[in-house]
Amino acid sequence: MSWTSSLQRKLSEGLPYDQLLPDEQPAYVHSYVYLFGVATIGSFVLLVVTGVILAAFGPQWWHGAAVGHFFNSLHFWAAQAFFFFMVVHLWTAFFQGAWRDGRGLTWVSGVVTFLVSIVTAFTGYVSQQNFDSQWIATQGKDAMNSVGVGAFFNVLNFGQMYGFHVFIMPVVVAGLMGVHLTLVRLRGVVRPYDLPGPSKRRVSEVA
Amino acid sequence: MMATKRAYYAGVRFAPYDLVKEFVFALAAVTVLVIVLAALLSSPDVPSLTIKTVATQTPQNYVQLELDSLDGNGDVAGYGPPYNHQSGSVQYIGPVSVQNLFGVHIPVNPARDYVLGPLEQTRRSDPALAAALQTFRTAPATTQSKWEAAYNSALLKAKQQGSKLTIPSCSCGPVTLMMSRLLALGQSGAMDGLLLTSRHFYQTDYTRPLLFMNYTDAMANKATKYNLLGSTWGVMNETGNYPGQAWLWLYTLLYQIPPYTTAWAANTDALAILTVTILSLLLLLLPWIPGLNRLPRIIPVYRLIWRHHYRTGGNG
Repeated sequence: MSWTSSLQRKLSEGLPYDQLLPDEQPAYVHSYVYLFGVATIGSFVLLVVTGVILAAFGPQWWHGAAVGHFFNSLHFWAAQAFFFFMVVHLWTAFFQGAWRDGRGLTWVSGVVTFLVSIVTAFTGYVSQQNFDSQWIATQGKDAMNSVGVGAFFNVLNFGQMYGFHVFIMPVVVAGLMGVHLTLVRLRGVVRPYDLPGPSKRRVSEVA
Repeated sequence: MMATKRAYYAGVRFAPYDLVKEFVFALAAVTVLVIVLAALLSSPDVPSLTIKTVATQTPQNYVQLELDSLDGNGDVAGYGPPYNHQSGSVQYIGPVSVQNLFGVHIPVNPARDYVLGPLEQTRRSDPALAAALQTFRTAPATTQSKWEAAYNSALLKAKQQGSKLTIPSCSCGPVTLMMSRLLALGQSGAMDGLLLTSRHFYQTDYTRPLLFMNYTDAMANKATKYNLLGSTWGVMNETGNYPGQAWLWLYTLLYQIPPYTTAWAANTDALAILTVTILSLLLLLLPWIPGLNRLPRIIPVYRLIWRHHYRTGGNG
């Protein structure tokens, strides 16, 4: 049996392109709240672009050159935008009960993305090479050490934190976002709750 | 459309939706927003603190920390895992210390790393220092302790004028000269390099200098000036009027309230992380937690989100 053929068949059956990139949506997808998810992706793209430029030129550039500091500011505000949009997206998904009807894993992948993003931001804060980095690292080390994590995740080690921030964590976040988006597309957008009434109890409350 | 999905959407009206255009427009809008914010508000970048600044601005405190490092009475010397086998900063969750279970992975020896090591590296060009180090090393431990205690008493009576520190004469043996040289190394900026840990040409690990600076008055003073202390939500703050890590609000909140600030104060970090981990798991498993997974049905925010749908009787 050809492994290639098997994989090809599974992909074409499991990930049909018209499902991954549909050109129509249920008519109830008619609210601004659906934009916060895509705004989060847009912010992430900006974070990657500005992050790559910052990494390419290095710490002396983002501290010493006016252009470097401006790109540092872009990265900073992109991070703020990323978290703002993601948290609003998380809350709106909650209020929609977006995990209903077999969408539990979609919810889980979104929450994990949020939690991993917090760690990613933390590694960024301690990699800036300024007083904020020093203070956050020295204060954060006690929390990491208190639960044993500090033994292998040393927030005082710039080289380790920088590696985590510019490569490991972004790849993990991008992968998780990919999984989340794929699940959203494959499962589709959850139906609205039925308004209370005897003949309208259709949608189950559980995943 | 897959059969199960088709069944799910039975009776639902579909409308054209341009996901690609939506993404491009969202990216453009976020880009404009971020550029405007960066141009108008910039970003925080307060210069880092150096050992040189610490030794120059607060020489008495600097020398005190060096002495504490030598006699083993300092915070770093007594910290515990992952730096050493002491217990000063070891925290527990109930009877268990996960910190102790993981053990010592980043060994730090304050007497060697902050005092004797840096002095050894400069002794070749300083015969008086070389002699003092020789005297100190060959003296019995009890004599070393006597010198250190005498110097500690003298240091408490020291006079500090700007960066100048005057220590009353004492029977402190070679410790007086050793501390004098350490102060000179600190104020010249040489100590910033000597505390870097890799002992190789390239340096990326700031564990030792940051651990030292962590307990200096200069660092605490600077953090206080910028409202960064833990008691003022410091973990999520940053210098200047910037939003900081606002997403850490729940974690930081725990450091402001009992019992984390009272009965649990000795283990605040470990218990705050445990609490946040439990809350995160609840959030993660929300779809399967009876009662909690019905909350959005009870809170009618969904009516606002899908108001168009409900207004049009399910056809919009």
